[in-house]
Amino acid sequence: MISLATLFVILTLLFILLELMPGSPFNDEKLSEEQKELLYKKYDLDKPLQVRYVTYLKNVIIEGDFGQSYTIQKNVDVSKLLKDRLPISVRLGIQSLIVGSIIGILLGVIAAVYKNSKWDTFTTIFAVIGVSVPSYVFALGLSYFLGYKLKLFPFTYDIYSPVQSSILPTFALSMFVIATVARFMRTELVEVLSSDYILLAEAKGLNTKKVIFKHSIRNALIPVITVLGPLTVGLMTGSLVIERIFGIPGIGDLLVTAISVNDFNIIIGIAFFYSLFYILMALIIDTLYGVIDPRIRVAKEGRNG
Amino acid sequence: MEKILQVNNLHVSFKTHNGMVRAIRGVNFDLYKGETLAIVGESGSGKSVTTKVLMGILAKNGMIDDGEVLFDGMDLTKLTKQEITAIRGKKIAMIFQDPMTSLNPTMTVGYQILESLVEHQNLSKKEAKAKAIELIELVGITEPEKRYKQYPHQLSGGMRQRIVIAIALACNPRILIADEPTTALDVTIQAQILELIKELQQKIGLSIIFITHDLGVVANVADRVAVMYAGKIVEYGTVQEIFLEPYHPYTWGLLASVPEMEDTSNELYAIPGAPPNLLEPPKGDAFAVRSEFALKIDFEEEPPFFKISDTHYAATWLLHENAPAIEMPAMLKERIKKMKKGVPHER
Repeated sequence: MISLATLFVILTLLFILLELMPGSPFNDEKLSEEQKELLYKKYDLDKPLQVRYVTYLKNVIIEGDFGQSYTIQKNVDVSKLLKDRLPISVRLGIQSLIVGSIIGILLGVIAAVYKNSKWDTFTTIFAVIGVSVPSYVFALGLSYFLGYKLKLFPFTYDIYSPVQSSILPTFALSMFVIATVARFMRTELVEVLSSDYILLAEAKGLNTKKVIFKHSIRNALIPVITVLGPLTVGLMTGSLVIERIFGIPGIGDLLVTAISVNDFNIIIGIAFFYSLFYILMALIIDTLYGVIDPRIRVAKEGRNG
Repeated sequence: MEKILQVNNLHVSFKTHNGMVRAIRGVNFDLYKGETLAIVGESGSGKSVTTKVLMGILAKNGMIDDGEVLFDGMDLTKLTKQEITAIRGKKIAMIFQDPMTSLNPTMTVGYQILESLVEHQNLSKKEAKAKAIELIELVGITEPEKRYKQYPHQLSGGMRQRIVIAIALACNPRILIADEPTTALDVTIQAQILELIKELQQKIGLSIIFITHDLGVVANVADRVAVMYAGKIVEYGTVQEIFLEPYHPYTWGLLASVPEMEDTSNELYAIPGAPPNLLEPPKGDAFAVRSEFALKIDFEEEPPFFKISDTHYAATWLLHENAPAIEMPAMLKERIKKMKKGVPHER
């Protein structure tokens, strides 16, 4: 319910903000005043703000219709444009999140278990680089060396081999995720490993492997899940640049173009989907908490312990 | 009585940024079958470190410099990691100070008991579950089936400590190390847990090493007492001997600093000063600087153990035949007199 209200507020804000923006979709100097007038009329842009807002909302809510593109692909429904591009971007985002989390968790575990060893140092250096170097630098580096020089992967996105061509962008995007998750995982796991219940697990006679895998990782994951939310936002913004670099026909690329040509309907549509995606992520993360931490599960069921 | 554990000349030190901390400086004690040995002393006296050596769970920067721990024909200090892991939890079990933090918050308590059973006894899951429920009942928790499925946060502190005890007892260990098991509990629960430990000891025939700084608890549970100071045992004897005829000035200080109910007139006694820095252990008797009874020799040479009775030994030069006749403080004498009158039980 709160999620729905949030979406509504976001949609309204987007509409108003774009209205306040200078310029219009038809800033072409070749168009005469009359032609512009006609275009405005055609897209109902001559009507007052309130009327257009209500119509827009009605269309979105009842028909899932986000209007039409003004300039990029004239008169094509925004929903149709998105339908083709959304899966590519969503897949890229999810791949990066999963790859990043898995590698990050692994690195963090290794660093924590072999604390103060060279593995630990390596992970720390990697984490600092991953956090501080922007993803497009990795993107350019990867596509230059692995794509252009070694020709291991397609240099830019190839629509006929989507899997291979998504590998490089996935890694470029997940670098930040790996670094952040690894850093968090290390800190949390080090703390868990020095806790009393780990001492008890050891006193029980469990070997190190069991102590780490059964008693520690799950508990260390709880705070790590928290950072996945902000990381998802990072992935969305990161994807704007990455999609440009690799020429991926996703929504990030479309959004950048739409903003530069004032294609309002597309901007609202994509921003709306970003919000939707983020809210969904938040929901998933909250659910994950419950799965992993029984203390939260009980609180949600409204019982007290 | 049968000796079950023997600690000889144990030396342990910890590597720190400031140098080597000599935490244990020559500890000797025996543990007999079915008895409760209390090790008492201030924080930092080496009580907990001693037990961690027995369990083989010494921190990574700690090392055993010298000495041996004989158990079951083996020297525990020389075992490989695998060998000691196999003993841990099966033959020597441990319970910890704070039940609020010593259970894993994301696992049901039942599973945490079951884990130990599966690890050491080759039971099937089903058998182990039945045994775990039995154990929950044994430690005095009602509705064991329901509790089995609960998480630690759903239980009270006392119940959690009972679960920790159940985990410790899961494999019928021969030695139970209790590291201040009641310190974090409130007084009524404390009494219940002590009662439970005593009861279980009689049922199973456990030997218990009881670490504490609470002398009230010692009087309640112990058969024998070892007083530790600055990494050494300074006096040991039966509980009567330590409480009623103490010889070491440190033991006097400890006993005198126990607050008394009836006595409201006097200020609470505290041993002056602080324990020595074990980075550079002092020469002679480590307690000498804080003791009003220290002799000149106390600052020069370490006192050996003087025998007082077959079971009672103290390491203080005051017991040497050439030492001046120094008696324990009058206030303590007074107290002991009162205690003797009201000695509640002869164990």
